[in-house]
Amino acid sequence: MNGQSPRILIIEDEPQIRRFLRATLAAHGYQALEASSAEQGLRDAARYLPDLVILDLGLPDADGLEVTHRLREWSSVPIIVLSARGQEQDKVAALDQGADDYLTKPFGMGELLARIRVALRHATQAQASTHPVFEVDGLQVDLAARRVWLHGREIHLTPIEYKLLAVLVRYAGKVVTHRQLLREVWGPAYEQETHYVRVYMAQLRQKLEDDSARPTYLITEPGVGYRMREGQS
Amino acid sequence: MSEQRPDPDKLLAEVQQAEQRVARGRLKIFFGMAAGVGKTYAMLEAARARQAEGLDVVVGWVETHGRAETEALTVGLERLPPRQVTYRGVTLAEFDLDAALARHPQLIIVDELAHTNAPGSRHAKRWQDIEELLSVGIDVYTTLNVQHIESLNDVVAQITGIVVRETVPDQVIDQADEIELIDLSPDELLQRLREGKVYLPQQAAHALRHFFRKGNLIALRELALRHIADRVDLQMQDYMRDHAIPHTWPTTERIMVGVGTGPGAARLVRAARRMASTLRAQWLVAYVETPARHSPAERERVMRTLRLAEQLGGESVTLTGHDVATTLVTYARRRNVTKLILGKPRAPHWRELVRASVASRVLRCSGDIDVYLIAEQEDEEAPPGRFGVRPSSGASAYWRALAVVALCTLLVAAVDRWYPAIADANLVMAYLLGVTFVATRYGRGPSILASLVSVLAFDFFFVAPHLSFAVSDTQYLITFAVMLLVALVISTLTVRVRRQAQAAIERAERTAALYALSRELARVRGQASMIEAAVRHISTTFDARVAILLNDEQGHLELQAVGDPTLVREPSELGVAQWVAQHGEVAGLGTQTLGGAHALYLPLRAAQRVLGVVAVCPRIAWRLFEPEQYHLLETFIHLTASALERARLAVEAEQARVQIETERQRSSLLSAISHDLCTPLATITGAATSLLDTQTILDQATRRDLLQAIAEEAERLTRLVRNLLDITKLESGAITVRKEWQPLEEVIGAALTRLSTALQGRTVLVDVPATLPLVPIDSVLIEQVLLNLLENALKYTPSEAPITIRARSQERSILVEVADQGPGLPPGAETRVFEKFYRGDPHQPGRGAGLGLAICAAIVRAHGGTISAISQPGGGARFQFTLPLDGTPPPLIATPDEPGGTATT
Repeated sequence: MNGQSPRILIIEDEPQIRRFLRATLAAHGYQALEASSAEQGLRDAARYLPDLVILDLGLPDADGLEVTHRLREWSSVPIIVLSARGQEQDKVAALDQGADDYLTKPFGMGELLARIRVALRHATQAQASTHPVFEVDGLQVDLAARRVWLHGREIHLTPIEYKLLAVLVRYAGKVVTHRQLLREVWGPAYEQETHYVRVYMAQLRQKLEDDSARPTYLITEPGVGYRMREGQS
Repeated sequence: MSEQRPDPDKLLAEVQQAEQRVARGRLKIFFGMAAGVGKTYAMLEAARARQAEGLDVVVGWVETHGRAETEALTVGLERLPPRQVTYRGVTLAEFDLDAALARHPQLIIVDELAHTNAPGSRHAKRWQDIEELLSVGIDVYTTLNVQHIESLNDVVAQITGIVVRETVPDQVIDQADEIELIDLSPDELLQRLREGKVYLPQQAAHALRHFFRKGNLIALRELALRHIADRVDLQMQDYMRDHAIPHTWPTTERIMVGVGTGPGAARLVRAARRMASTLRAQWLVAYVETPARHSPAERERVMRTLRLAEQLGGESVTLTGHDVATTLVTYARRRNVTKLILGKPRAPHWRELVRASVASRVLRCSGDIDVYLIAEQEDEEAPPGRFGVRPSSGASAYWRALAVVALCTLLVAAVDRWYPAIADANLVMAYLLGVTFVATRYGRGPSILASLVSVLAFDFFFVAPHLSFAVSDTQYLITFAVMLLVALVISTLTVRVRRQAQAAIERAERTAALYALSRELARVRGQASMIEAAVRHISTTFDARVAILLNDEQGHLELQAVGDPTLVREPSELGVAQWVAQHGEVAGLGTQTLGGAHALYLPLRAAQRVLGVVAVCPRIAWRLFEPEQYHLLETFIHLTASALERARLAVEAEQARVQIETERQRSSLLSAISHDLCTPLATITGAATSLLDTQTILDQATRRDLLQAIAEEAERLTRLVRNLLDITKLESGAITVRKEWQPLEEVIGAALTRLSTALQGRTVLVDVPATLPLVPIDSVLIEQVLLNLLENALKYTPSEAPITIRARSQERSILVEVADQGPGLPPGAETRVFEKFYRGDPHQPGRGAGLGLAICAAIVRAHGGTISAISQPGGGARFQFTLPLDGTPPPLIATPDEPGGTATT
């Protein structure tokens, strides 16, 4: 991030959306670049090497998935995809292709800015070493010692539960798809068994949440996956 | 009646005929008195001329009889190859109708109109082939000899002594657009015959001796010329009427023929037809069905007579009555008949004295109706009936009659023994009693036998000299005569009463059958059950296998038969059905068209089109073809057709009603949606423009307020559009339900999280047992259901009222409930709330578009569940939905590093 304000590339065909994104991002100290098509977007990404890409999934000239795929071939730049409602499958596909997060249109700017912050932070943390202790609102996870405390009381987790929690903590603030969780916790052979994740997630919530029907740490993203609340650092 | 101006109805009929003729092909007949006058030659010459004019001419069939000059004329004309038909081992060449239809020339030559096709052909007669050609718009040239005209058939037979079986109905000839008479003097014709120009030598010799006698030829020539002259005369009259040339016209004549079971009936019908065509009169043939029994041969003859009448263009009616004469005259008066034709009575004069013949009784009571008596000459006897012979009743009745007489004799003997004083006259009474008994029980024959034997027994045993047949006292002869007479009178009366009763029973049965069918057709709903009812009734009433095939919307016969599908399984049978469906005419068993079929095919005709075909395969064929049974069948078919038509019209009316209703609903929906869309847009536009306006000075608080309004209204618009899109997608089936096994609690959690802002300060109780099994659901859609139900509760209840979400495991499903403690539902709204755009109070502002619950219902239904709303007695509404637990939940196999798990990596 070389000291300058972060560069964000917006790949979006609707000029009105680009217009308010550009205005708001500029107001928050980001440097906004605009591309109105997939082709131009891919070119600009290579030329300007942005710190983050906001990608619309419904581009006229190419599939958003295709763009994600082609970007990931050479770059690990964080990608936040924008999608219309009802495109759950596309969203999940984009996330599985390597996109970092998603937002459903229409969205509030507050939400977008939060996602951008998380994505940028994860990108820098990947370069530096990961913080060994994650903490949010009374929940402490020591990734080095593999121990979990809730309001100062140690919680005993089964190995699967812990692995699940650890993956979510690692991506805290970011959405993690069912498939990603299955791959990282159970292994690639179990990618289709989504009910595993759901059952263990329910167990985890029983242990960590005050009211498992109203989770505060482990948020469900219906049809997509889960998100661990962003940690306090 | 003088026709000063053309009668509009008649003109209209003629215009319609003319219009029909435009679509139909034109028929030209080359007409002659006998073979050899040069009809075929003239026809081919005419055809060549047409071809030279540029018409597409094809020779379909030509009979050159090996004449070289005729053969030469066919050169240069396209000839259709004949169809080879094998019949009883003999290969016959026939005109190929299907090839002609496929080739579809402008003009086709088909020689010999009166030809009878080989068995197995589509039509029995060539004129039917030609009808079909004409009906598809092909012009036809054909030839005909005078002796083949149906109505002249008997006259020709009288002149020549040769019965010609190949006849053409007069209607076909009358409808010909053009008839050209090919005439040759008899001497010239005979000369040609002798020169071998007509037949081959040995055939010619035979012909000269029989048919081609000079006298015959002169008579035939006269017939032919007169027929043509009649036609010309009619044309002249037509012309005069068309041009309103003043002239006195005869009053409209109507001719009725009364036919009986006698063999001469056909002759009467032909005579009537001739008279009718000369007089330009309508004509009808009436048969009076009396209680008297008739033999199968007689019945078949009546049936043939009536069919002949219809073929000749007359109307046929079957009347029922006890007395033939009065029934005929009454009906004749009702139909304004002016001329009544009857057969000359043939009974000897003395019979006339005992019992007047029908003819003389008609003469007495006919009043102003002219009565024509025509000699009922024996017609050619029909080939033996095709439908077996009715079984005769047993001989046991005669034995019983003898037994009764024996009993009487014993009785008389006993009385005579103990009371010898009793007079013989009184003893006879015992026999009389016996004879009366036999007459009432066993009918005429046995009763006559009984009276004869009684008289003989009485004479033998009780009249001196005893035990001999000698009659000493002649006065006993009177006793014999009286006894015989009494026996005859009583048996005749009893027999008549019984026949009337039988006839009444049969009539009652027919009426009952008809009534049963019509009642059932009126009762059932829907085409399928109507057809099913018709099949059932027809098959039981007529003791037949029945199948009904329906035409689809395009008028093609649907191959799915209702009833007995084996009837129409064979392609040949199906072909008959298709022909009937296409032409709307009866064909198959017992008819002239495609008579080789196993079943009789009748069209289900409605006002505009043929609805389908009924195939009837009777177990005993002759019974179906009895006139009254056949008419009953026709009535059944007619009833079924009109019921089907009625059902179709009802469906159409219902569709129209639904369409109007939908239309109405749609427009009210449109106005509701446009209102809901426009209100937030108005707010957003208003607020945004006032913020942009530099003239308006706004303080910070006001600016913030306006911005808040924009955000809120945008949110509202978003929700509305989202709902509209959802309901559209759900209803069009564009949303696929992706079911995955998952805990319901997670979905409830997601919904509560999403609504957390709106739910701030509300008490929401979640009551989900930890033991609740996994449910196969689409989490995104079910979250939407919960969201909508929660939003609904928020909208319609006061802000302090708690909301409860409950889930319970049921047998094979999970019950989910969202309950509030608000005012509850208005009465009767329990089901209406799930309708699109239904709103509790449409005038209350700020409410949704009435889509939320409709979306819930659609999603739950897509999951195979049910949804319902209940108004609680103590206030508050409960919305419940079920989610079926289909299939087995996937197993949770132990995973690598879980304790007790099998290590797989």
